[in-house]
Amino acid sequence: MSREFIHLKVKRQDTAETSAYWEEFKIPYKPNMNVVSVLMELRKNPVNVEGRKTNPVVWECNCLEEVCGACSMRINGMPRQACSALIDKIEKSPIVLEPLHKFPVIRDLKVDRQVMFDYLRKITGWVNIDGSWELGRGPRFPEKDRQWAYQLSRCMTCGCCLESCPNYSERSPFIGPQAINQVRLFNAHPIGQMDREKRLDAIMGVGGITDCGNAQNCARACPKEIPLTVSIADLNKDTTLYGMKRWLYK
Amino acid sequence: MSVLEKNHFFIRKLHSLFGVIPVGLFLLEHLYTNSFATQGAASYNSKIEFLQSLSYVLYIEVFLIILPILFHAFYGLYVVYIAKNNVLRYSYYRNWAFYLQRITALITLVFVLYHLWALRISSALLGTEVTFNTMVQHLSNPGMFAFYVIGLLSATFHFANGLWAFFINWGIAVGVKAQQVLGWVTGILFVILSIMGLQGLFAFL
Ligand code: SF4
Ligand code: SF4
Ligand code: FES
Repeated sequence: MSREFIHLKVKRQDTAETSAYWEEFKIPYKPNMNVVSVLMELRKNPVNVEGRKTNPVVWECNCLEEVCGACSMRINGMPRQACSALIDKIEKSPIVLEPLHKFPVIRDLKVDRQVMFDYLRKITGWVNIDGSWELGRGPRFPEKDRQWAYQLSRCMTCGCCLESCPNYSERSPFIGPQAINQVRLFNAHPIGQMDREKRLDAIMGVGGITDCGNAQNCARACPKEIPLTVSIADLNKDTTLYGMKRWLYK
Repeated sequence: MSVLEKNHFFIRKLHSLFGVIPVGLFLLEHLYTNSFATQGAASYNSKIEFLQSLSYVLYIEVFLIILPILFHAFYGLYVVYIAKNNVLRYSYYRNWAFYLQRITALITLVFVLYHLWALRISSALLGTEVTFNTMVQHLSNPGMFAFYVIGLLSATFHFANGLWAFFINWGIAVGVKAQQVLGWVTGILFVILSIMGLQGLFAFL
């Protein structure tokens, strides 16, 4: 598709407290751009469609290859990464950019994704190997488990799954699929297994795994194609069995 | 921590379980019994009489039917409330099913409360009998008949789709393919139960 300008419509917000407003821009077209490079172009000359000079649009990015999750935003309504959103593949004009709306906005398209890292802390989203003595080599990861576990490990904490989940909102305490999936990952790890029950406990309270309603938007939204609904179902089995054990061993 | 919070996992699991056992099983029994209406008044009446003559019938009704339904329904209202539906933005089949599960929950609740009142509680209070003719009269108003058709379809959808979620919530259907096949199976179940229920209803016309 040939175009002279890329027409952007950006939902802006100057501070966390002030209200949002829309601003439109026209950026000279070059081939092979993505949303990040368009925003960088805009930064050079931040003039809106009315010809008024304005503050450059604020956004976050880091890896530029869809592995860090920092540049996640809503592009034409759908949550995805700005760095892998190729302009030549977007038919719609104007291209509408909005911040993810399940996270607090810091400024313009930049949101605070801290809550997801807090969830990881809550579920012990790591393998405990620190000790006061030499632990030696750990056990090997069985290859057949490593294959699916690797898939789960590709999560970049981008938040697209939470953004699309109907049960993840300010109305409900649900922790969401991102952290639940990590429980499955670290429980599959031969050393991580040692904290297995602690991780299950962490997702069996209010807002835990039972609060998923199986809408399955999350698996659709995940840019890393992580089978989130399989992780949830698998942990449904684990939590159910563990729940019975917890009860009978009381 | 409140008692509710402390037992959150257990309560959620109970909510999921009750939808299938006993409430779902009761729905199956109920639709099957009603289908005897297609064999005529005598056949239908004898089945109703048989059920009413069961020993401990009052206890069965209260503890295995009404209380589980009330728990499932009223805890379910909270579950409906906390969802922020987004089917217009994410209009995937599964997301629609999630939304419809909540809509049919509300419709079924209204329907069941009315149905229970009109055909069980009031007859128990007034001492009237429920027979084939009672049903014919009850459904003679086209508006009422339509209400029953909607109530029936809501209940069968809510049950079939709920059964799908049940198998996932208990970690029985785990893989993508297993969940998909289960979706088909429960979809067919919805159609079969709906046809059976409608045949029973139309027999009263
Ligand atoms: S399957 Fe569960 S976690 Fe995923 S979008 Fe649906 S409710 Fe949210
Ligand atoms: S699971 Fe997928 S969508 Fe969710 S945070 Fe991780 S990478 Fe993003
Ligand atoms: S910049 Fe890292 S995912 Fe886009």
